[in-house]
Amino acid sequence: MSFAIKKQGDVCVVDVEGQLIVGNRQELKQKVLDEIERGERKFLIDFSQTGYIDSSGLGVLVSLSKKIREAAGELRLANLNDDLKTLFELTKLDTLFQIADTREDGLNSF
Amino acid sequence: MTDLTDGAALDVILGDTRFPLDVRFPSDLRYIERVVGAVSRNCAALSFSDRVCNLQIPVALSEALSNAILYGNGEDVSKRVRLRAKVDDRSLVLEVADEGKGFDLEACTSDPTSPENLEREDGRGLFLMRRLMDRVERFTDNGNVVRLTLLRT
Repeated sequence: MSFAIKKQGDVCVVDVEGQLIVGNRQELKQKVLDEIERGERKFLIDFSQTGYIDSSGLGVLVSLSKKIREAAGELRLANLNDDLKTLFELTKLDTLFQIADTREDGLNSF
Repeated sequence: MTDLTDGAALDVILGDTRFPLDVRFPSDLRYIERVVGAVSRNCAALSFSDRVCNLQIPVALSEALSNAILYGNGEDVSKRVRLRAKVDDRSLVLEVADEGKGFDLEACTSDPTSPENLEREDGRGLFLMRRLMDRVERFTDNGNVVRLTLLRT
Protein backbone atom coordinates (compact mmCIF):
# COMPACT_ATOMS: atom_id res chain seq x y z
CA MET A 1 0.00 0.00 0.00
CA SER A 2 1.30 3.46 -0.85
CA PHE A 3 0.24 6.94 -1.85
CA ALA A 4 2.22 8.44 -4.71
CA ILE A 5 1.78 12.14 -5.42
CA LYS A 6 2.91 13.85 -8.60
CA LYS A 7 2.05 17.02 -10.48
CA GLN A 8 0.31 16.95 -13.84
CA GLY A 9 0.16 20.56 -14.98
CA ASP A 10 -1.24 22.45 -12.02
CA VAL A 11 -3.04 19.40 -10.60
CA CYS A 12 -1.73 17.30 -7.73
CA VAL A 13 -2.48 13.68 -8.66
CA VAL A 14 -2.57 11.11 -5.86
CA ASP A 15 -2.43 7.41 -6.75
CA VAL A 16 -3.85 5.16 -4.04
CA GLU A 17 -2.13 1.79 -4.43
CA GLY A 18 -3.62 -1.03 -2.34
CA GLN A 19 -6.19 -0.48 0.37
CA LEU A 20 -7.36 2.80 1.90
CA ILE A 21 -8.27 1.68 5.39
CA VAL A 22 -8.07 2.55 9.05
CA GLY A 23 -4.40 1.57 9.28
CA ASN A 24 -3.12 3.98 6.61
CA ARG A 25 -5.74 6.70 6.18
CA GLN A 26 -3.74 9.24 8.24
CA GLU A 27 -0.81 8.88 5.86
CA LEU A 28 -2.97 9.91 2.91
CA LYS A 29 -4.53 12.75 4.88
CA GLN A 30 -1.18 14.14 5.97
CA LYS A 31 0.32 13.95 2.48
CA VAL A 32 -2.56 15.94 0.99
CA LEU A 33 -2.58 18.44 3.86
CA ASP A 34 1.15 18.97 3.31
CA GLU A 35 0.47 19.77 -0.35
CA ILE A 36 -2.28 22.24 0.63
CA GLU A 37 0.22 23.84 2.99
CA ARG A 38 2.68 24.16 0.10
CA GLY A 39 0.04 26.05 -1.87
CA GLU A 40 -1.46 23.32 -4.05
CA ARG A 41 -5.18 23.78 -4.71
CA LYS A 42 -6.22 21.28 -7.38
CA PHE A 43 -6.28 17.61 -6.40
CA LEU A 44 -7.20 14.45 -8.24
CA ILE A 45 -7.23 11.13 -6.38
CA ASP A 46 -6.89 8.17 -8.74
CA PHE A 47 -8.23 4.80 -7.53
CA SER A 48 -7.24 2.65 -10.51
CA GLN A 49 -4.76 0.72 -8.32
CA THR A 50 -6.98 0.58 -5.23
CA GLY A 51 -8.35 -2.60 -3.67
CA TYR A 52 -10.98 -1.65 -1.15
CA ILE A 53 -11.84 1.34 1.03
CA ASP A 54 -13.32 1.05 4.52
CA SER A 55 -15.41 3.58 6.44
CA SER A 56 -12.29 5.24 7.84
CA GLY A 57 -10.92 5.68 4.34
CA LEU A 58 -14.21 7.19 3.22
CA GLY A 59 -14.09 9.45 6.27
CA VAL A 60 -10.65 10.74 5.31
CA LEU A 61 -11.86 11.52 1.80
CA VAL A 62 -14.78 13.48 3.27
CA SER A 63 -12.37 15.30 5.58
CA LEU A 64 -10.00 16.15 2.72
CA SER A 65 -12.84 17.42 0.55
CA LYS A 66 -13.72 19.88 3.31
CA LYS A 67 -10.10 20.94 3.86
CA ILE A 68 -9.55 21.49 0.15
CA ARG A 69 -12.81 23.43 -0.16
CA GLU A 70 -11.87 25.60 2.84
CA ALA A 71 -8.61 26.39 1.07
CA ALA A 72 -10.61 27.44 -2.01
CA GLY A 73 -9.36 24.39 -3.86
CA GLU A 74 -10.99 21.64 -5.87
CA LEU A 75 -11.00 17.84 -5.57
CA ARG A 76 -11.81 15.20 -8.15
CA LEU A 77 -11.91 11.43 -7.76
CA ALA A 78 -11.23 9.15 -10.72
CA ASN A 79 -11.11 5.54 -11.86
CA LEU A 80 -13.45 3.95 -9.32
CA ASN A 81 -14.06 0.31 -10.23
CA ASP A 82 -17.58 -1.13 -9.99
CA ASP A 83 -17.12 -2.27 -6.39
CA LEU A 84 -15.85 1.13 -5.27
CA LYS A 85 -18.67 2.85 -7.17
CA THR A 86 -21.12 0.67 -5.25
CA LEU A 87 -19.48 1.71 -1.99
CA PHE A 88 -19.87 5.39 -2.85
CA GLU A 89 -23.47 4.84 -3.96
CA LEU A 90 -24.39 2.93 -0.79
CA THR A 91 -23.08 5.76 1.35
CA LYS A 92 -24.40 8.44 -1.06
CA LEU A 93 -20.91 9.89 -1.18
CA ASP A 94 -21.25 9.81 -4.97
CA THR A 95 -23.40 12.92 -4.43
CA LEU A 96 -20.70 14.68 -2.42
CA PHE A 97 -17.71 14.15 -4.70
CA GLN A 98 -17.07 14.98 -8.32
CA ILE A 99 -16.19 11.59 -9.76
CA ALA A 100 -14.63 11.16 -13.19
CA ASP A 101 -14.54 7.91 -15.14
CA THR A 102 -10.90 8.36 -16.13
CA ARG A 103 -7.87 10.29 -15.01
CA GLU A 104 -7.96 12.33 -18.22
CA ASP A 105 -11.62 13.23 -17.71
CA GLY A 106 -10.80 14.26 -14.15
CA LEU A 107 -7.86 16.42 -15.22
CA ASN A 108 -9.95 18.07 -17.93
CA SER A 109 -12.77 18.85 -15.49
CA PHE A 110 -10.88 21.53 -13.54
CA MET B 1 -7.24 -21.94 17.76
CA THR B 2 -4.00 -20.28 16.66
CA ASP B 3 -2.67 -17.56 18.93
CA LEU B 4 -0.29 -15.17 17.22
CA THR B 5 2.09 -12.67 18.66
CA ASP B 6 3.77 -11.19 15.61
CA GLY B 7 2.94 -10.29 12.01
CA ALA B 8 5.44 -12.68 10.42
CA ALA B 9 3.84 -15.64 12.17
CA LEU B 10 0.45 -14.39 11.07
CA ASP B 11 1.51 -14.39 7.43
CA VAL B 12 2.85 -17.94 7.69
CA ILE B 13 -0.32 -19.20 9.33
CA LEU B 14 -2.76 -17.34 7.13
CA GLY B 15 -0.86 -18.02 3.92
CA ASP B 16 -1.99 -21.62 3.87
CA THR B 17 -5.09 -21.53 5.99
CA ARG B 18 -8.41 -22.98 4.96
CA PHE B 19 -11.80 -22.57 6.59
CA PRO B 20 -12.73 -23.10 9.34
CA LEU B 21 -10.42 -20.38 10.60
CA ASP B 22 -9.84 -19.65 14.27
CA VAL B 23 -7.09 -17.16 14.99
CA ARG B 24 -6.28 -14.74 17.78
CA PHE B 25 -4.00 -11.74 17.35
CA PRO B 26 -2.95 -8.54 19.18
CA SER B 27 -5.05 -5.37 18.94
CA ASP B 28 -2.96 -3.75 16.24
CA LEU B 29 -4.56 -2.18 13.16
CA ARG B 30 -1.71 -3.44 10.98
CA TYR B 31 -3.10 -6.99 11.21
CA ILE B 32 -6.39 -6.11 9.54
CA GLU B 33 -5.25 -6.13 5.93
CA ARG B 34 -3.55 -9.52 6.24
CA VAL B 35 -6.43 -11.16 8.06
CA VAL B 36 -8.97 -9.76 5.61
CA GLY B 37 -6.81 -10.90 2.69
CA ALA B 38 -6.72 -14.47 4.02
CA VAL B 39 -10.49 -14.62 4.43
CA SER B 40 -11.10 -13.13 0.97
CA ARG B 41 -8.71 -15.62 -0.64
CA ASN B 42 -10.55 -18.47 1.05
CA CYS B 43 -13.85 -17.16 -0.24
CA ALA B 44 -12.46 -16.82 -3.75
CA ALA B 45 -11.23 -20.42 -3.61
CA LEU B 46 -14.76 -21.45 -2.67
CA SER B 47 -16.13 -19.67 -5.74
CA PHE B 48 -17.83 -16.81 -3.95
CA SER B 49 -18.53 -13.99 -6.40
CA ASP B 50 -16.03 -11.23 -7.12
CA ARG B 51 -18.40 -8.77 -5.46
CA VAL B 52 -18.34 -10.82 -2.26
CA CYS B 53 -14.56 -11.32 -2.30
CA ASN B 54 -13.57 -7.81 -3.36
CA LEU B 55 -16.16 -5.66 -1.63
CA GLN B 56 -18.57 -7.27 0.81
CA ILE B 57 -16.14 -9.40 2.83
CA PRO B 58 -13.19 -6.99 2.84
CA VAL B 59 -15.19 -3.94 3.88
CA ALA B 60 -17.54 -5.60 6.37
CA LEU B 61 -14.77 -7.62 8.03
CA SER B 62 -12.43 -4.60 8.16
CA GLU B 63 -15.15 -2.67 9.96
CA ALA B 64 -15.71 -5.43 12.50
CA LEU B 65 -11.98 -5.88 13.14
CA SER B 66 -11.26 -2.17 13.46
CA ASN B 67 -14.19 -1.73 15.85
CA ALA B 68 -12.82 -4.59 17.96
CA ILE B 69 -9.29 -3.18 18.00
CA LEU B 70 -10.14 0.51 18.43
CA TYR B 71 -13.24 0.47 20.61
CA GLY B 72 -13.51 -3.02 22.11
CA ASN B 73 -9.86 -3.31 23.13
CA GLY B 74 -8.88 0.36 23.04
CA GLU B 75 -5.82 -0.49 20.88
CA ASP B 76 -4.25 -2.20 23.88
CA VAL B 77 -1.91 -4.70 22.19
CA SER B 78 -1.96 -6.92 25.26
CA LYS B 79 -5.63 -7.56 24.51
CA ARG B 80 -6.52 -10.01 21.74
CA VAL B 81 -8.98 -10.07 18.91
CA ARG B 82 -10.30 -13.47 17.87
CA LEU B 83 -11.63 -14.21 14.42
CA ARG B 84 -13.56 -17.35 13.63
CA ALA B 85 -14.67 -18.03 10.09
CA LYS B 86 -16.67 -20.97 8.87
CA VAL B 87 -18.61 -21.79 5.77
CA ASP B 88 -21.16 -24.40 4.78
CA ASP B 89 -23.60 -24.86 1.92
CA ARG B 90 -25.91 -22.19 3.24
CA SER B 91 -23.75 -19.41 4.62
CA LEU B 92 -20.43 -17.84 5.50
CA VAL B 93 -20.21 -16.84 9.16
CA LEU B 94 -17.52 -14.53 10.54
CA GLU B 95 -17.27 -13.93 14.29
CA VAL B 96 -15.03 -11.17 15.65
CA ALA B 97 -14.50 -11.20 19.42
CA ASP B 98 -12.80 -8.60 21.59
CA GLU B 99 -12.26 -8.14 25.32
CA GLY B 100 -14.53 -5.12 25.65
CA LYS B 101 -17.90 -4.72 27.26
CA GLY B 102 -19.78 -4.62 23.99
CA PHE B 103 -22.29 -2.14 22.70
CA ASP B 104 -25.96 -1.93 21.94
CA LEU B 105 -26.24 -2.79 18.27
CA GLU B 106 -29.87 -1.72 18.10
CA ALA B 107 -29.05 1.72 19.50
CA CYS B 108 -26.69 2.40 16.61
CA THR B 109 -29.18 3.41 13.98
CA SER B 110 -27.99 6.78 12.71
CA ASP B 111 -28.16 7.09 8.94
CA PRO B 112 -24.86 8.35 7.49
CA THR B 113 -26.57 9.01 4.16
CA SER B 114 -28.92 11.66 5.55
CA PRO B 115 -28.08 15.23 4.47
CA GLU B 116 -27.06 16.27 8.00
CA ASN B 117 -24.66 13.32 8.34
CA LEU B 118 -23.27 13.10 4.82
CA GLU B 119 -20.21 15.23 5.56
CA ARG B 120 -19.40 13.53 8.83
CA GLU B 121 -16.09 11.69 8.87
CA ASP B 122 -17.35 8.85 11.06
CA GLY B 123 -20.52 6.82 11.47
CA ARG B 124 -20.40 4.60 8.37
CA GLY B 125 -18.89 1.41 9.79
CA LEU B 126 -21.93 -0.35 11.18
CA PHE B 127 -24.05 0.98 8.33
CA LEU B 128 -21.72 -0.66 5.80
CA MET B 129 -21.64 -3.94 7.73
CA ARG B 130 -25.42 -4.05 7.67
CA ARG B 131 -25.67 -3.15 3.99
CA LEU B 132 -22.98 -5.57 2.83
CA MET B 133 -23.88 -8.59 4.99
CA ASP B 134 -27.20 -10.44 5.27
CA ARG B 135 -27.12 -10.42 9.07
CA VAL B 136 -25.16 -8.56 11.76
CA GLU B 137 -25.54 -9.72 15.35
CA ARG B 138 -23.81 -8.95 18.65
CA PHE B 139 -23.68 -11.15 21.69
CA THR B 140 -21.52 -11.98 24.69
CA ASP B 141 -19.46 -15.17 24.83
CA ASN B 142 -16.45 -14.73 27.12
CA GLY B 143 -16.20 -11.25 25.60
CA ASN B 144 -17.93 -9.15 23.05
CA VAL B 145 -18.70 -10.87 19.74
CA VAL B 146 -19.97 -9.48 16.46
CA ARG B 147 -21.23 -12.11 14.04
CA LEU B 148 -21.49 -11.36 10.33
CA THR B 149 -23.49 -13.76 8.19
CA LEU B 150 -23.57 -13.88 4.41
CA LEU B 151 -26.04 -16.29 2.87
CA ARG B 152 -24.99 -18.34 -0.14
CA THR B 153 -27.62 -17.95 -2.80
